This record gives sequence, structure tokens and C-alpha cells, in this order.
Amino acid sequence: MTRGKEGDRPDNAKPEPQPRGASHKGNRPIDQAEAAERFLAAPRHQQQHDTRLWTLRQRRDDQMWAMPEWEEMRSLASAIKEHTLSHLDTYLEMFEANATANGVVVHWVKDAAEHNAIVLDLLQRRGAKTLIKSKSMLTEECGLRADLAKAGVEVVETDLGERIQQLDDEDPSHVVVPAVHKLRTDVAKVFAATIGSDPDNHDPPYLAGAQRDATRPLILNAEAGMTGANFLVAETGAVVVCTNEGNADLCANIPRLHIVSVGIEKLVPRTEDLAIFVRMLSRSALGSPITQYTSHFRGPRQGGEMHVVLVDNGRSERLGMPEFWTSLKCIRCGACMNTCPVYRRSGGLSYGATYSGPIGLIIDPSFNARKYSNLPFASTLNGSCTNVCPVKINIHEQIYAWRKVLVRQHETPFVKRAAMKAAGALFARPAMYRAAVERTNDALANLPRFVIYNGMNAWGKNREMPRPPAETFHQWYARNRGGRR
Amino acid sequence: MSSRDAILASIRANLPKVERPLPVVPKFEENAPADLVEAFGKNLTRMGGRLVTDHADDMRSIRGLLEHSRLVCSAAPEIEGELDLAAVADPRALADVDHAVVRACCGVAETGSVLLTDVDLKVNALAYLAQHLIVLLDPADIVANIHSAYGRPEFRERHYAVFHSGPSATADIEGVLILGAQGVRSLSVLLWPRNPIEVDQAQGGSPTNE
Repeated sequence: MTRGKEGDRPDNAKPEPQPRGASHKGNRPIDQAEAAERFLAAPRHQQQHDTRLWTLRQRRDDQMWAMPEWEEMRSLASAIKEHTLSHLDTYLEMFEANATANGVVVHWVKDAAEHNAIVLDLLQRRGAKTLIKSKSMLTEECGLRADLAKAGVEVVETDLGERIQQLDDEDPSHVVVPAVHKLRTDVAKVFAATIGSDPDNHDPPYLAGAQRDATRPLILNAEAGMTGANFLVAETGAVVVCTNEGNADLCANIPRLHIVSVGIEKLVPRTEDLAIFVRMLSRSALGSPITQYTSHFRGPRQGGEMHVVLVDNGRSERLGMPEFWTSLKCIRCGACMNTCPVYRRSGGLSYGATYSGPIGLIIDPSFNARKYSNLPFASTLNGSCTNVCPVKINIHEQIYAWRKVLVRQHETPFVKRAAMKAAGALFARPAMYRAAVERTNDALANLPRFVIYNGMNAWGKNREMPRPPAETFHQWYARNRGGRR
Repeated sequence: MSSRDAILASIRANLPKVERPLPVVPKFEENAPADLVEAFGKNLTRMGGRLVTDHADDMRSIRGLLEHSRLVCSAAPEIEGELDLAAVADPRALADVDHAVVRACCGVAETGSVLLTDVDLKVNALAYLAQHLIVLLDPADIVANIHSAYGRPEFRERHYAVFHSGPSATADIEGVLILGAQGVRSLSVLLWPRNPIEVDQAQGGSPTNE
């Protein structure tokens, strides 16, 4: 598909520099296409990324086919989430009552600023200056690390991928595999500069071992620990965390203080409901039947403290958007990202937002409609995201619905509006449309390459145009079925 | 208005006006494997764990596993360790443990998981700070799938309950699987029936002194 030069890449060649993500210019719209173009211009990165994520998608398929009840489970997962979200106040109060009875302190915060302030306050009251944490997209969303750093708290990410990203001062590019856009040579470079590993040793087991050895003393000396949560169980007050590296359980079980940051949409009513999600999460995410660790925290350890911070940050408002509220069903498995052709070939950082890929396209504009106004257009609307979603979010339909909202609000650039207006005029006149199709097919077949593949044709960038058919469907129909023209 | 009240008010104002009953969740046991022990072993191995079947119900197998251990710490009544967990006030005291031994409440055939709780571990961090974890599991405690496992009382009674499915692992660098990420480097499960008194307690029978 790509017209890059992947053919000529000797393995011992100089490492390919890592393409960086989208540039942020205040509240100006993120130019996803520009960043994607730079990612595509780095063929080794692009190819590794595409292959790795497609492998995850295929492993997910293997798990799906091995489970006769898969589709029934998806329907149940969707039904449980929609029930919970439409009774969210009741279940949040139930969770709060049960968690409190178990000895957990529950906090409620409206937005990111309040979240970061309450976490800082919990730390400062205990004189804690070091915090070890496991991966949490919510704390990324809230910009927690930057705020804590300003207040002099040292934050250590303990998930390998997230630690790589922290040490490289870069956002995570994927909700499950944060450094999936990096090659081993990139990781070796980051670690050599930050934790003093051998810059010439690119061996992944060596690099992972170097991080384990460097992080262990930080874990043992930390004064506080923090985790996110995958699920909250209302009837038992349990906080459920699904991980593979064992780092979340270290963060929660070594320091005296365990803080959990969690979005209010992560609730399920009963433990039996949880079973559905635990069975689907890792199958959808990585194609493994379950994560290495599925941890249920119902209360503090002996002599310890456990705090749960329930975060709204725009969620309750999204609940009131008839076309978009079901995006709150998301369990952050990343399956939609792994299957998306745009995501796989442009990298998560090109979206310039906490949530990238198809789910990001429908969540990000609800945080900032102007800054993320281009994102819903970074999709082919092929619907694959919707098909793999374990909780049946109609992602591609919501992407389309966001386009309509953003066009209505004039959040789209002039060129796009003009092109859409021209297309609209064409589609409104069938005869003109058919003539245009015939002309385009002729042109594609006969024009020299430089006319088709230039800056004017966005569809000719980084992809081959399809070979035009010998005749249009209408011509075929007229010839074979004697249809009227 | 407190943030709590503001959030609840905002939720109530925005609740989707839809009728969505809470569904009945089946246990999907009709698809359960005929031989639970065999399925458990197969899935545990897939997750990177190891099922010890040789002499699994006597001391020989565990002696083999612990032969070269520098420091053993056991939370299981069957095995005596070199570190007394009851005397551990700070989990950091377990930083140098080489092998930890614990008895699982149950196993899950579907995923090859074992369920451990704060009561079994005595110190939760034991299962993560040790370099290697050895789990004793009564084959009679293996259930078919996650649905059946969630029927167990531990999820309502314990402050901490965790499924371990293999050792800690990562594939964060180019998808290369590495066992031994931040937690244990290996997980071995020994099929070892509980002693009869324990079985009585585990099944809810009352010990004679009650």
C-alpha cells in the first residue's frame, strides 16, 4: 500500500529517528494529518507499529472465535453499562456507602484542577514527597504529573511503557501499550540518557531488566502509591485493577497510602457483572484470556490508608448528550485503536490528545471542540472499530455524528467546508455525478502519476489510488440488465 | 454546594432517558471443559506459569523448587519458611525474598488463574516483591470459569483478593514478551490437596472447637 522505501532497509543501518507527535499551538486545532505524514515518512516506525497492532487484533480474533458466547457477552456488557449509566447516581452512592463501610475514604472531584489539588493535599498532609504510580489514562487526562512536579513531588511511573514515555517527556500513544510507537533503538536511547543503560544494547529483555533494577529502589522508598481503576463494583465497594507487570500491586501494597483515581463511569453494579468485563477486557486488548493480575481492593491494609477519588471532568455532561453518552461505556481496551487503519499508520501521538484512535475521536471533542475539531475526520468510517468494541459502542456512527456537529458549529477549516459543499452539489445531481465518476475513472487510468499524486489530492498521499474498473456500475447495469439510463 | 452534590446534581440532570433493565448474567458453564485440572494446566502454561505435576502432593516437588533458594518466605501452613510473616510490620522487609509460598483459595480453569487474598498472603506485597512465587492449589478448588470464581465469598469478605495468571509480564518494547516485569519472575502451581481440617473450614464446616 505504501509508496515508501521499506524495501531497502538494512537492519544494521543507523537508527531511524523517532517521529514526534502533533504540535500544540494553544487552542488552535490539532493538525493530525500533518503529524501522521511525518509518522508515515519514518517507514521502520510505521511498519513496526502497523504490524504490532495488527498482531494484537488477530490475537483478539483468535480469542473471540474460541468463545462461543462472545457475541452474547458483548450484548450483556453493553446492557450492563447502559443500565449503570442510566442509574449512575444511585450506583455511585451505593459504591460510596459500601467503600466507606470498608474503611475507604471516598472523594468527589468535578475537574482536573480539583483532582490534582486533592491528591497533592493527601500527599502533603502526610509529608509525602515521592509517589509511585501505575498507568492511568485519567491522571494523563488531568495532567497530574506536571502539577505534582510543580509542588515538588517526585512521581515515578512504574509501568514499563509509561515509564519510557515519562522519561522521554512524551505522552502515552496508546491506552494499553503506551510506547508502542517506539522502536527498541528509541528505548535504548531514552534509557541510556536517563537510567544509564548501555546505549548500544537494544535487546528488549536487557532494557526491561534495566528498568526493573532502576525502579525497584524507587518503589521500596516511595512514601505514597497510586493506581487507576478499570472497574468499581457498587455492591461490594471494590476497586478492580487489571495489569500485567505487577506494578500496580506494588504501588498499592508497599507504601502506607494508596490513592485510587477513577472516572465515575467505571462502575458496574454487581460482582457477577464484573465477570463479563474481566473476561472480555484482555481478550479485546491483547488477545490474552485475562491480564496477569486482576486485583480487587475493597479496603485498606492493616495499618494502611486507602482513598478513592471519583472524577467527573466532563463525564456527567457527556451523559446528557443523546448521540454521544454511550461513549461512556468504554472500558479502555484499545481494540478500536488496534484495528483502525488510520491509527495503525499514523501513530497515537498524531492525535495530540490523551485519547487517540477511534474512541479518541468521539471523546476528545467533548473536552475541547475547537482544539480537537479535526480529529473526527481522521477516519475512513469503515466501522471496524464498532465491530471489535466489546461494549458495542457505535464508534463510527458517533464519529460521523461529531462531523455534523462540528460542521454546524463551523469548527472545520474552510477548505474542508468548500470541498464538502462541492461534493454536496455533485451528489445532489445524479446525472452529473455519474458523468464525474466516468471521467474520474478515465483520468485515474490514463493520467501520468504526477498529476494524480500531488499536494492537491489528499487521497493520493501515502497511498495508491485504486485501479479504476473498466466500466462503472451504471454502465455494467445498462449492458447486462438493460436498465434505463 | 460540595463537589459531591454538584456532581450528583449534574448526573441527575443529564441521566439518559432510556429504559435499560439490569440483565441476568448466566454462568456459561455449558461450555466448561470436561477435565478442569487439565484445562487449568494448559491455560496456566499459556500465561507463562508452570504446573508442577511430579510428586505434586508430597514434599519432594517443593524441595526441588526451593533447593537453591536464598531466602524462602511461606504463608502456607504446609511449608515452613525462613522468615516469620507474623513479625513483618513493614512490607519492605520482604524485599530480599527469593521464593514465596502461598495457598490459593481457588483456581480458574478458563484462564489458568489462582485466587489469593490478604488472609492467604498475610502480607500482600509478598506476592510481588519475591523473585519467584509458588502456589499450592487443591485440585478440588478449581472452578470452570471466571463467573463461577466470582461466586466465591472472598470477593465480598476480603479487603484484598487477586487473580494471578502467570508471572508478571510485559511486552511494551516492540511486543517482545518478557516474563518478570516488576513482580515475580516465575509462578509455579503445585496441585496439593488441603489437609482435611482446612477443607472443613474452607467449605464452611464448623471446626470442633467452635
